[in-house]
Amino acid sequence: MPVQTAAPKIEVRPSAPVQTTSSKAKVAVRNLDFFYGRMQALHAISIEIPERIVMAFIGPSGCGKSTFLRTLNRMNDVIPHTRVGGEVLIDDHDIYAPGTDVVDLRRRVGMVFQKSNPFPKSIFDNVAYGLRINRVTSSGSELQGRVEQALKDAALWNEVKDRLKTSALSLSGGQQQRLCIARALAIRPEVLLMDEPASALDPIATSKIEELIFDLKKQYTIVIVTHNMQQAARVSDRTAFFLLGKLIEVNATEKMFTAPSEKLTEDYITGRFG
Amino acid sequence: MTRVDQLRRANSGFMTTLTALCTLMAVGALLVILAHIAWQGIGSLNWQFLVDRPRPVGEGGGIGNAIVGSLLLLLISSAFGLPLGICVGIYLSEIGRGRLGGAVRFIVDTLTGIPSIVTGVFVYAIVVLPMKHFSAFAGGVALALIMIPIVARTTEEMLKLVPHSLREGALALGAPQWRVILGVVVPAAAPGIATGAMLAIARISGETAPLLFTAFGSRFFPESLNEPIASLTVQIYNYAISPYDEWHAQAWAATLVLMTLVLGINIMVRFLTRKKF
Amino acid sequence: MFRILMSLVALLMVGIVVAMVIALAADAMPSIRQFGFGFLKGQSWNPIKGEFGALPFIYGTVASSLIALLISVPFSLGIAIFLVEQAPHYIARPVGFLVELLAAIPSVVYGLWGIFVLAPFLRQYVQPALATLFGWTPFFRGTITGIGLLTGGIILAIMVTPIISAVVRDVLAAVPGSQREAALALGATKWEMIRVVLVNGAPGIAGAVILGLGRALGETMAVTMVIGNRPQVSLSLFDPSYTIASAIANEFTEATGDLYLSSLVELGLILFLVTFIVNGIARLLVWNVTRRTGGVGRAA
Repeated sequence: MPVQTAAPKIEVRPSAPVQTTSSKAKVAVRNLDFFYGRMQALHAISIEIPERIVMAFIGPSGCGKSTFLRTLNRMNDVIPHTRVGGEVLIDDHDIYAPGTDVVDLRRRVGMVFQKSNPFPKSIFDNVAYGLRINRVTSSGSELQGRVEQALKDAALWNEVKDRLKTSALSLSGGQQQRLCIARALAIRPEVLLMDEPASALDPIATSKIEELIFDLKKQYTIVIVTHNMQQAARVSDRTAFFLLGKLIEVNATEKMFTAPSEKLTEDYITGRFG
Repeated sequence: MTRVDQLRRANSGFMTTLTALCTLMAVGALLVILAHIAWQGIGSLNWQFLVDRPRPVGEGGGIGNAIVGSLLLLLISSAFGLPLGICVGIYLSEIGRGRLGGAVRFIVDTLTGIPSIVTGVFVYAIVVLPMKHFSAFAGGVALALIMIPIVARTTEEMLKLVPHSLREGALALGAPQWRVILGVVVPAAAPGIATGAMLAIARISGETAPLLFTAFGSRFFPESLNEPIASLTVQIYNYAISPYDEWHAQAWAATLVLMTLVLGINIMVRFLTRKKF
Repeated sequence: MFRILMSLVALLMVGIVVAMVIALAADAMPSIRQFGFGFLKGQSWNPIKGEFGALPFIYGTVASSLIALLISVPFSLGIAIFLVEQAPHYIARPVGFLVELLAAIPSVVYGLWGIFVLAPFLRQYVQPALATLFGWTPFFRGTITGIGLLTGGIILAIMVTPIISAVVRDVLAAVPGSQREAALALGATKWEMIRVVLVNGAPGIAGAVILGLGRALGETMAVTMVIGNRPQVSLSLFDPSYTIASAIANEFTEATGDLYLSSLVELGLILFLVTFIVNGIARLLVWNVTRRTGGVGRAA
């Protein structure tokens, strides 16, 4: 992760995505503590997230999984009186090191929120927003091409291609969420964080989003927070279980849901609490 | 980082500095004005000035009658304006529903937007002309008309803040609506209504235009409500536009007195409504 | 019984407004009958000759208000943005209070300060500089006295800023945090994020500006004291001007004869109607952003 140096930008994705998981971790978190004021919300979290997989964070409400997700793109900075201890390394650079360019970090680590939050602009302008402010494209046709590609990647293109100039707020809830995904994808982040992206949606919209995630992992490293264990089982390659601000277990998803290593994990999965 | 990125960040820093500057200038303007008032006014401020009535140029004189006049006008207007305003506020919050309630709220909003000089013209037409002379009473009516919509709105907002459970609890005990409103809701909102009233008083104590042709002005201490009466604001105006330095100095001193009252009320209200958490 | 009483009081309000319109119209009748719509176009205001044209006052009112908005809106936006998006809570509250105090200063006090502090300052430093830089335009010509359209506009700008900024503050604060987070998550700088907030608040901001316009149009005392009170239509900001409200304030008690008085009342009627419409538009745009209770008011 560049620290205000002229590091080369990674723009081009391989056209034939490789399905292997890299052995070098994209994101490596070491002993992360997080405080809201005096309340400690995260305790000594250490986890590695490999490239181009889907990692799910599960756990009961209030266990800190969303807080942890937001530390990965420093979204918690907007909340006053928060404090971070430990390291979060993305591509071997600690994003909490002093002098880190947070604006650039957030361009490389995208986020989709629980409740869709499209801007009060047209569909086109929503998707183009990130491209415009980051001056990614240099011509109108290039911009249009990127917007179209992003909408296709988010499986929304066919539904909106005839009304790109209409307001984004005229879309249904599920469509708006896919629009937000398209908006995040347009600037080709390296990591995509998704905070319960389908929790506000009906089952049909939810399954569309889940299909989408499955497709996206060929190109992106995806971290998804979900309170829905079945969703985690369906969609992710690896799963991390959080409880009361602590990381209890990280495992391959199949193993986590059939033969978890920790008793607490097993209790949660089998529904004994949470 | 590319040149474009550097420009973006520099632009962001520049604009955010600009906004801070705007705020600084606004606060600066306030301080400059207040400083001038204090500095210019303090020179002529003395006990004689506060109790004497105006004298011809060169003989000193003071704003005693203007202070008394302003207080009287405040009393008259509050006597009408506060009860009526609170009643309208009660109506808007508790009683008026649907189309009629919406219409009344629209009317009250309209009243708040009427320039106070127009109110003065109106009161001239309906009070001064029939009475055939200016009077403190007319001035009080004009100020009351300005006061009512302000008090109504703040009262309504304060009443709306009272939780519904309070009303429902009283109604469930069999109390008629008027009892619930007067006995439970209004007392619960009383502090807020009171501060709203105080701010309205601060506001009308600074009014000048509506008094110009209702209360008109006077050089004497008031003896009845049926005759023209002096007020601080009109006096300040008259002195300010006069050609005499001595009267200009008195205008500043009178302003100092007026501002002490107005600022005092505003700061006190702010103190009383500070959030304790 | 109680309901009836309260409803009567409420209806009294309606009655007052209706009475106002009727009284104003009735007393303006002689002038309306005499001049008709020509009143609005008449350029000459000469009580001695019995000529009463409203154009100079309409021009002065509109021009001074527009100048006020031109100066005030950028400042008001800047203040609101700073207080909502940038300043930490412990700064924003007291500073916000101080800005609001500007609205508590009575109009006549602004006028006093305008005559004896602002006008001399403008005459000595600002207007000569403006004349040097922009004297080639029709807006900065003529004798420099410190009293005139420019001074009126500046005083109005100071008076209107706390009102506009207070409403814009409420509008911006009402924009959901999710919009800000959406922008930041896409790699926006602070200012780019603020622009998203402004887009969200655009209708409310427009309403705030129009509300400020409504206040500026009706301002009386401060303007009367610094604008020069000469009924003329002149493009130069240095020249004295005259607003509707100032004309009424100045000449009402001196008016001799029915026509003179009713012309002034007709001016008042025009002002009433214009502010009514302007405030109506403003409230339509800002209707769902309620003002904080008991906000400091302003006197005219």
